[in-house]
Amino acid sequence: MTMMKLARRKFDTLVIGAGGGGLRSAMQLAQADANVAVVSKVFPTRSHTVAAQGGMNAALANVVPDNWHWHMYDTVKGSDYLGDQDAIEYMCRAASHLVVELEHAGVPFSRLDNGKIYQRPFGGQSQDFGGAQAARTCAAADRTGHAILHSLYQQNIRAKTHFFDEYFAIDLVKDSDGYILGAVVLEIETGEPLLIEAKTTLLATGGVGQLFRTNTNAHINTGDGIAMALRAGIPVQDMEFFQFHPTGIAGKGMLITEGVRGEGGYLVNKDGERFMERYAPQAKDLASRDVVSRAIAVEVREGRGCGPNADYVMLKLEHLGAEVIKKRLPGIRDMAMTFIGVDPIEEPIPVFPTAHYTMGGIPTNRHGQVVVPLGEGAEEPIPGLYAVGECACVSVHGANRLGGNSLLDIVVFGRAAGNHIIEYLTENRHHRPLDEGSVDNALARIARWEQDGEGESVDVLRQELQRVMEENCSVFRSEEILAEGVVKVQALAGRLQNARLKDQSKVFNTARIEAFELENLMALGLATVQSALARKESRGAHSRVDYPDRDDERWMKHSLYYEDGRVDYKPVRTKPLTVDTFPPKARVY
Amino acid sequence: MSDTVVSASPRLRWQCRRGMRELDELLQTFLERGYSQLNDTQRMTFERLLTTQDNLLLEYFMGRSAPKDLDTADVVAKIRHAACP
Repeated sequence: MTMMKLARRKFDTLVIGAGGGGLRSAMQLAQADANVAVVSKVFPTRSHTVAAQGGMNAALANVVPDNWHWHMYDTVKGSDYLGDQDAIEYMCRAASHLVVELEHAGVPFSRLDNGKIYQRPFGGQSQDFGGAQAARTCAAADRTGHAILHSLYQQNIRAKTHFFDEYFAIDLVKDSDGYILGAVVLEIETGEPLLIEAKTTLLATGGVGQLFRTNTNAHINTGDGIAMALRAGIPVQDMEFFQFHPTGIAGKGMLITEGVRGEGGYLVNKDGERFMERYAPQAKDLASRDVVSRAIAVEVREGRGCGPNADYVMLKLEHLGAEVIKKRLPGIRDMAMTFIGVDPIEEPIPVFPTAHYTMGGIPTNRHGQVVVPLGEGAEEPIPGLYAVGECACVSVHGANRLGGNSLLDIVVFGRAAGNHIIEYLTENRHHRPLDEGSVDNALARIARWEQDGEGESVDVLRQELQRVMEENCSVFRSEEILAEGVVKVQALAGRLQNARLKDQSKVFNTARIEAFELENLMALGLATVQSALARKESRGAHSRVDYPDRDDERWMKHSLYYEDGRVDYKPVRTKPLTVDTFPPKARVY
Repeated sequence: MSDTVVSASPRLRWQCRRGMRELDELLQTFLERGYSQLNDTQRMTFERLLTTQDNLLLEYFMGRSAPKDLDTADVVAKIRHAACP
């Protein structure tokens, strides 16, 4: 394929990714009569937003007194003081308005008897800056993500957003002045590339849960947009912060909620020992997520794991009795029976910590503009490029995300980016001249997989990467383990150069798409393990056994990883928009 | 039942990529262990089932609700069985 023969389309805005963040932006733009294209590798309503069950935080005060400033405090504290306080204030102030807007877009939020929107209590929420439990999470039954995604999709259809379903984005196109001009994408059905030129491009491709063997994420979560930004010369921020949940079904990843341990379930090792008593004598199995996750990892590392490969522990519920399990934990019983054929009334469930949420990503400001460092402390936007949602790092989640804040993040910053793009388009009315060299680079990435001959297998390399990331960069981190992880991932990245596809066909060659996904995963695996090795403290989800304490003096800063392996840092934005700074203190619940 | 073993087309495999880990796991296991044993009518039923919204598919696969159409319910049962034979 040469550039001359390449099919081309032109739009005002190209949105890559059709989850809640991408669709919220696209809706804003299409309703303002911008010409918007949305590219999605799967049918839009099969994006991972559909899996978000919990809900969306907003200080509506419908159940107990609440206000956005308390929500802001909880989010800053939850972030372990790595969140940017200007973005957090913006998000928490906008939340209530966004809930109402979503309801007008068709999201059927659950109701209280008095007709107001129902709100449920979630972990990490407080009234009055750390006081009593708040009830802040708005939900549409247990289908909040699904309801938001479908409503936004319908609104986009109505506003005439142009969807490119089952197209895979290969790379951004940029010119020598640093402007982003769109992207080269691949139509999965035909295998043919397409150049989409756009005055503005928004990345909304979600997280990278597939980096780890045990994860809760859909298979599509391969960090495509984050890796594209990295290849375009943009550093990725705070990649060492990855949220794990202590109890995923071993070898599969699906989440077993904390509710199981809340009802009296407990963990045992291969000797039948209730090992949490050693790690947390008071709280035992109800200790915080990171403590329980690390305890499980230690048991397995020290040879006390269960099963033929001694690589998981057991979650026991049998003692609760059939009646309690059927009445209070029916969903968990369904899951265990469906996925591993285990009835928890009779047998324990094999569990292991499971990767859940990517806090890091593409650095942005609160308008969704992608920003890069410019000298001492200052940042400048990349003209024409935006990012929102889990692929972005704005950063409202800092070192640890609170439940109910991810759906909020995607709609607040999806809308903010949409508004900023509308302004940008009024000042930039014409497409800039295309940079052919940049397009050629993207086409060369496609051509690379057309090499014949014997070589490494994409499937094998992906499995090895996921295993290395789980063993060397998950919940149990030390200098030695992480340094070994860097060497191992670098070796895998080297082997990826020799990988070949057996099937060179073009039509619906999904093995080819999986090869591009593996390239993205590999780049982000390196980013994650190198950033984790460099950060010599424990903060939020990044927990180092050799540096067990948070070190605000040296490490209250964001990390920036560049494609060449360099790790740099930038300050946390501690100054909110209108209120006083929340200074760091011990994060005790 | 067809005489020859028919494996799922790449297009169908891509349709089995969903927004939830649970669905990915069940559908991909079924493609490996159960799909080739479907007859032509059941294959068409399976393709139709894949047009169902993700949250409803999860309800079916977890046994929390059942499709009204008996043929579809039968394919759902096969998918559940393939996950845990």
